[in-house]
Amino acid sequence: MRREGSALHGFGVVTLKEIADHFSSILVVVLVVLVTAIAIVVVNLGIDPIKQSTAEDPFLFLRLFTRSSPLPLVALLSFLVPLVAIGLGFDAVNGEHNRRTLSRILAQPIYRDALLFGKFAAGLFTLTVMLIVLWLLVIGLGLLGLGIPPNAEEMARALVLLVVTIAYAGFWFALALLCSILFRSAATAALVSLGLWLFVTILWQVFSPALANVMTSAGDFLGVLETQQAVARLSPAVLFNEVVAVVLDPSVRSTQQSMLASLGLALIERGAIPDAPIPLLQSVLIVWPQIVGLVAGSILLFVIAYVVFQRQEVRA
Amino acid sequence: MNVIETKNLTKRYNGVAVVNGISFSVARGEIFGLLGPNGAGKTTTILMLLGLTDISDGQARVLGHDPVREPLAVKRQVGYLPDQVGFYDNLTAAENLHYTARLMGFERTEREQRIKSSLGHVGLADVANKRVGTFSRGMRQRLGLAEILMKEAQIAILDEPTSGLDPQATAELLNIIRDLKNQGVSVLLSSHLLERVQSVCDRVALFSQGKIALIGTVPELGRQVLGGGFRVEVEAQGQGLEQRIAAIPGVQRVEPAGANRFLLLADHDVRPEAAAAVVAAGGRLLRLSVEEPSLEAIYTRYFQTHEGELHAA
Repeated sequence: MRREGSALHGFGVVTLKEIADHFSSILVVVLVVLVTAIAIVVVNLGIDPIKQSTAEDPFLFLRLFTRSSPLPLVALLSFLVPLVAIGLGFDAVNGEHNRRTLSRILAQPIYRDALLFGKFAAGLFTLTVMLIVLWLLVIGLGLLGLGIPPNAEEMARALVLLVVTIAYAGFWFALALLCSILFRSAATAALVSLGLWLFVTILWQVFSPALANVMTSAGDFLGVLETQQAVARLSPAVLFNEVVAVVLDPSVRSTQQSMLASLGLALIERGAIPDAPIPLLQSVLIVWPQIVGLVAGSILLFVIAYVVFQRQEVRA
Repeated sequence: MNVIETKNLTKRYNGVAVVNGISFSVARGEIFGLLGPNGAGKTTTILMLLGLTDISDGQARVLGHDPVREPLAVKRQVGYLPDQVGFYDNLTAAENLHYTARLMGFERTEREQRIKSSLGHVGLADVANKRVGTFSRGMRQRLGLAEILMKEAQIAILDEPTSGLDPQATAELLNIIRDLKNQGVSVLLSSHLLERVQSVCDRVALFSQGKIALIGTVPELGRQVLGGGFRVEVEAQGQGLEQRIAAIPGVQRVEPAGANRFLLLADHDVRPEAAAAVVAAGGRLLRLSVEEPSLEAIYTRYFQTHEGELHAA
């Protein structure tokens, strides 16, 4: 039952062509310019308040990402990166159907695998390039604005942020790719993925406390909080935010801590020295499940997309 | 030697047979037509031959390869022009072909050479660097044929190549298809436009509800369905011509059609015999013409007479 030849024959050709398409697409250019412009404005506005605390803060550079006003850069990323990823992917496969190019391309000596892998790789590459540019821009602006170089620890933490943001973008791109296979109309695919994006990034954070209240017995305050967190973690945006909160702030030593802090409560752990920074590896270990969850989610979505695409009829 | 061979080819969707046990073969250098109404299973048959959809039952061999197990070998040597072929509108004609050529694995210099010559062949050399978005329907179809030429495919499979084209574009396209045949390429084409197809096809298969109803050359089908089908018109002056003409072997019926004119219904082209008969009788031959059986007439007659049983089936 083995099929002849490599499943990845033609993968490179498809990838290069798709990357060229992305970089010449007006939609993508507009989205990238928009996100970059917003990021520059936010960082510029945020630099002055951060400068005030130059003397006492050992992790000044990381504050660029987390303490810029009016809203933190990372919150902006968790909200806007999915938008760009969906913009890249929502018409990946149904676009080929609608232009009637799919059957012609699949009649060339390649397998469907190469087409889908190529499209995924090209989307991920484009998003990676965009995020690296954004990341370098922020670092550069920080150097100019703050006038002090970041230390190695800060650079390492910023790099982890970059990698996690790419994984987060990959999740949303895989979702958009799946929608582009499931729905023959590009408009439907776009609306469904945008709907999920709004639901998961905004509405889910409102729903999860309500759901948690229903699921746990009344009066159990900590139980409600724990359930609430577990339910909220179904959202990739929540996972991303948890990772960012821990990785970019060495004084945070658990994900509960950042959640409680956001509720105005302080977690008092026995023996814990408040605000003492922990090493990067420890920070990463704390949010390792979240990182794995994000990557696993992207892979799962891509596998579903792959199976559906393999079984789909070519004809319109 | 046959380049395409199918035996009992069957495709079922949810238990319903869309293509139901068809068997046919296409010889090297032949133009074979799959004809029939929309939804008769022509496109599904084509997709099975290309390995683009699974075969539920039966067998197909394309150039000796099994399209299910060795799709790459099949697709490397077969060119496919889908129904209403699409190209990337934001790319130029040459860029579109470059993409296909890279998927084929051709080197840069070879690519450029092949693309240039194939675009020239279909008359698109002037617009090679224009975006396909500006192309007319006919130009897109020709670009699709250029792609097949560029691949140097041994078999060209064309799905409804002439549908939606104006008469001039159709004529140009049919000329390119004849050129393909002259270069030794076997052509399998599907169509519901009978008149146009008749002029290029060596053999045809009439599809009806997933089955091949009839298969053969057009005159053969004419004999089978119309019981002849050649209408020879003779205009001649002389004595006792009608009896003489009626005695020619193969003539089934003679109808007087006005002064000195006879309409012959024959199972083959009897013009030489008719001329000889008139001359032998000492008559003066004024006009001699033949009307070959039209595919349209065969088609209409066949479906009229078989409608009852088809519905019963």
